[in-house]
Amino acid sequence: MRLDHQAIQKWIPPKTRVLDLGCGDGTLLRQLTDELNIHGYGVEINPENILRCVEICVNVIEQNLDEGLSNFDDLSFDTVIMSQTIQTMHNPDKVLNEMLRIGRQAVVTFPNFAHWRARWHLFWKGRMPVSEHLPYEWYNTPNIHFCTITDFEVLCHDMGIKVVDKLVIDRNGTSPLVESFPNYFAETALYLLSKKS
Amino acid sequence: MSKPFPEDSIGLVSPQTYPFDEPLELACGKSLAQWELVVETYGELNAEKSNAVLICHALSGHHHAAGYHSEDDKKPGWWNHYIGPGKAIDTSRFYVVSLNNLGGCHGSTGPASINPETGKPWGKDFPNLRVRDWVHSQAKLADKLGIEKWAAVVGGSLGAMQCMRWALEYPERVAHCVVIASAMKLTAQNIAFNETARRAIMSDPHFFEGDYLLNESLPSSGLSVARMIGHLTYLSDDGMGKKFGRELRSGSFERGREDPVEFQIESYLRYQGETFSKSFDANTYILMTRALDYFDLAREYDDDPVAAFRHALCKFLVISFTSDWRFSPERSREIVNALMRADKDVVYAEIESSYGHDAFLIPNQVRYQELFAAYMNKIKV
Repeated sequence: MRLDHQAIQKWIPPKTRVLDLGCGDGTLLRQLTDELNIHGYGVEINPENILRCVEICVNVIEQNLDEGLSNFDDLSFDTVIMSQTIQTMHNPDKVLNEMLRIGRQAVVTFPNFAHWRARWHLFWKGRMPVSEHLPYEWYNTPNIHFCTITDFEVLCHDMGIKVVDKLVIDRNGTSPLVESFPNYFAETALYLLSKKS
Repeated sequence: MSKPFPEDSIGLVSPQTYPFDEPLELACGKSLAQWELVVETYGELNAEKSNAVLICHALSGHHHAAGYHSEDDKKPGWWNHYIGPGKAIDTSRFYVVSLNNLGGCHGSTGPASINPETGKPWGKDFPNLRVRDWVHSQAKLADKLGIEKWAAVVGGSLGAMQCMRWALEYPERVAHCVVIASAMKLTAQNIAFNETARRAIMSDPHFFEGDYLLNESLPSSGLSVARMIGHLTYLSDDGMGKKFGRELRSGSFERGREDPVEFQIESYLRYQGETFSKSFDANTYILMTRALDYFDLAREYDDDPVAAFRHALCKFLVISFTSDWRFSPERSREIVNALMRADKDVVYAEIESSYGHDAFLIPNQVRYQELFAAYMNKIKV
């Protein structure tokens, strides 16, 4: 089981309604359905991924997230997830707003662009970081809105979004080093968010 | 003689007629005392009778969905590319039931059949049918075949409307509902196209207000124009452009010449109209287009599609095609949104295609085929 998926699972109450925006091949929803008996829907745009979802019996809706989420009603889901996708959105801030309109809580995970390897790459090579984790060149990457852990937290603060819980991991999971200096050592950041009441 | 049929074809099939003696109460208040359905089946019904799939046909469809009627048959059934061994609707797993709907003109009781009360063709006196009447008649057929629950009901366009009605009328009898290129109700523009087609038929002097058979006549030119109108709306601008463009079939625009010019598209549409008018009944065309117009999934549920779909117990696959402007993806998205609000399981895919509304019938569309097959393969039998 993927580390980030394992972490997300802890934040999802059993038997609730879950919307996964950019659900990929559906593995997260499959896992949450099997383990927690949730009722989930994935939203996806990639035909290959949609086919994979069908093959593992995951509800999947073909829809372009950048065209908006107005077809989803206010508070119609318990949790809205966006896993490793927010950095591909045209308007990440608007998406965050929409997630917390549709869901009682939101889970957002993203690659931390201030990870030391990325800093190293940019600092010494003077080129946009390309790694196993982020394998694209600047001109063909779907990741058009990279952010760092600090960036994300500033945005949440500015938007009045409450960070209910957070988890920072590198490829081996969590460690004291990663937890002490997340913006240097975390490869992936995971946030559980809600609206400030 | 060597086997002339392709390996992935169901091969030789023959239709069967099922007579029904108990009256069928219709939505219009009338009833049909005796009626018949013509049916084809493909594959084997398993011992648990859990692998039956119902195919609901669209406006001009019929029971002959797959296979060949004879070894000399030039064309297989209308959905042959999607029904057969190893195909999307895999006949090595499923027992497929395909019928000609009531009011049809391919053998089931319809306007061209003999009214037992008068001994003459029904003609204009044949009752108006609604989608639910077909669904009820199909349920009686299921009873007769010993099928308590369909593994899936599958249809495109008007056929998919029957599938959705099935899910609401007989929720416990449907496990999966496959809705392709359809809508919960027609738009005004859509009804307008149908009415224009009906007017073409009715204004043919050979129509005799629907009693053309009694008058030993046929409104062929009216029906032909009706089909041309329908057919062109099933294609897309882009698709027609690619296939025909402004190509000429005959004549030229050269200066000094005035031989009559005919565009390829003109000749194609005319041919489609003429062929259709020879094999289809005008009253059936009127009846089927009216059933399309009248259909409104949520009418009796306070016009609330979410309330309507709450009655369903099945899972849904909804498919639309990008260039389909007669049943646009937006109409399918309405279905999907209502299903999600009703907390029903649903998969929705919008297939890139230039074939317009007809796309659901057209072979060799890889993504459509793969997705349809993947969904059907996951259905437990």
